[in-house]
Amino acid sequence: MSDQKTADIQRRTEAVKDQLIRKGLLAEEDVQHFLDLAEEWKPENGARVVARAWTDPEFRQRLLDDATSACAEMGYTGLQGEYIVALENTPELHNVVVCTQCSCTAWPVLGLPPDWYKSPEYRARVVRQPRRVLSEMGLELSPDIGVRVWETSAETRYMVIPLRPSGTEALGVDDLSALVTREALIGVALASQCER
Amino acid sequence: MDSIHDLGGMQGFGAVRVERDEPVFHEPWQATAFALMVATQVVMRSHNADEYRHSIERMSPSHYLQAHYYERVLTGTTTLLVEKGLLDLQDLEARSGGVFPLAAPVAENPMSDRVPQTEARFTEGDRVRVLPISPAGHVRAPKFCRGHVGTVVHRAPKFSFPDTSAHGGERRKEHTYHVEFPAQELWPGEGGANDCVVVDLWDSYLEAASS
Repeated sequence: MSDQKTADIQRRTEAVKDQLIRKGLLAEEDVQHFLDLAEEWKPENGARVVARAWTDPEFRQRLLDDATSACAEMGYTGLQGEYIVALENTPELHNVVVCTQCSCTAWPVLGLPPDWYKSPEYRARVVRQPRRVLSEMGLELSPDIGVRVWETSAETRYMVIPLRPSGTEALGVDDLSALVTREALIGVALASQCER
Repeated sequence: MDSIHDLGGMQGFGAVRVERDEPVFHEPWQATAFALMVATQVVMRSHNADEYRHSIERMSPSHYLQAHYYERVLTGTTTLLVEKGLLDLQDLEARSGGVFPLAAPVAENPMSDRVPQTEARFTEGDRVRVLPISPAGHVRAPKFCRGHVGTVVHRAPKFSFPDTSAHGGERRKEHTYHVEFPAQELWPGEGGANDCVVVDLWDSYLEAASS
């Protein structure tokens, strides 16, 4: 087949699925099951965890002590959520998460990762030039603020707790969670200001 | 395996491009590739996550860099299923109408000979050095931290040691440690004075370092 072209990726994918099902190794429902699950994993889950931590000091402490059970208590658990650690930003320290060797992410609270997180550009550069990468992505940090880059090289899965924006004292959990994007949970953005 | 997947610190890459309101999957085949990756590991149990990660690492560097993430997912999964005799490559190529590129075979002696460390040897505050390891098989100590000294900031629970479980070796669990390296230790003359990188490392990747 060496003189032939590489098959279209869509047809390659279908060929694998068809052969697995034809051989009885997987059922259509198995495939669908994980697609349904993937819809439950979304950054809105992590945003609700953050909003609750901003408003409930006891929950915040539980989240910092044991994020796996604090997230599970809100129903966010499962694959790639077996050991979650929450990283709290402070006025002196900014946290940012990467997986340089593949693209590991805390699926139950962050959802499946976006393409930029999986790109060679982000994986190669953010450990070495974090301030420059963040600045290119629209986040300028003062030199006084330390940057801590968390490399997801083993089985811990991280989520960032961004700083609560000022002027949000009157907001409830629903409105607060709307300020927390997937990018803020990874640490390449701050929580939005509250005009949203 | 010191291949293209171990990207941390590599130079020459351009700007990170963020797509606004990005969908989880851009095309239906990506969703299928994702679901097959999980279903083969969780339902079929034809291979474990460490074998899977290593099969992606075995892709040729040019294919790896050109492939979309979900093409790497499909290639890694399919390579293992073909290697284990569960899928027939000729049939896949006939049905997909062209070549189905797979990853290269596993190296001959993929595991380095390290002493298992099943009891926690380190605790918060300890200074540790990452061993200068470079096995031909799967390893999860990124190149950029090997040989460098850092401080343990957290001891995580025990997890299956990937270097052996990726290669059918005896399954054993070891603690991992969140080890903080000053940016200036990793990138002298370049790293910010207030900045650091924390890497999650298995016990037997480490040795005690004098402070």
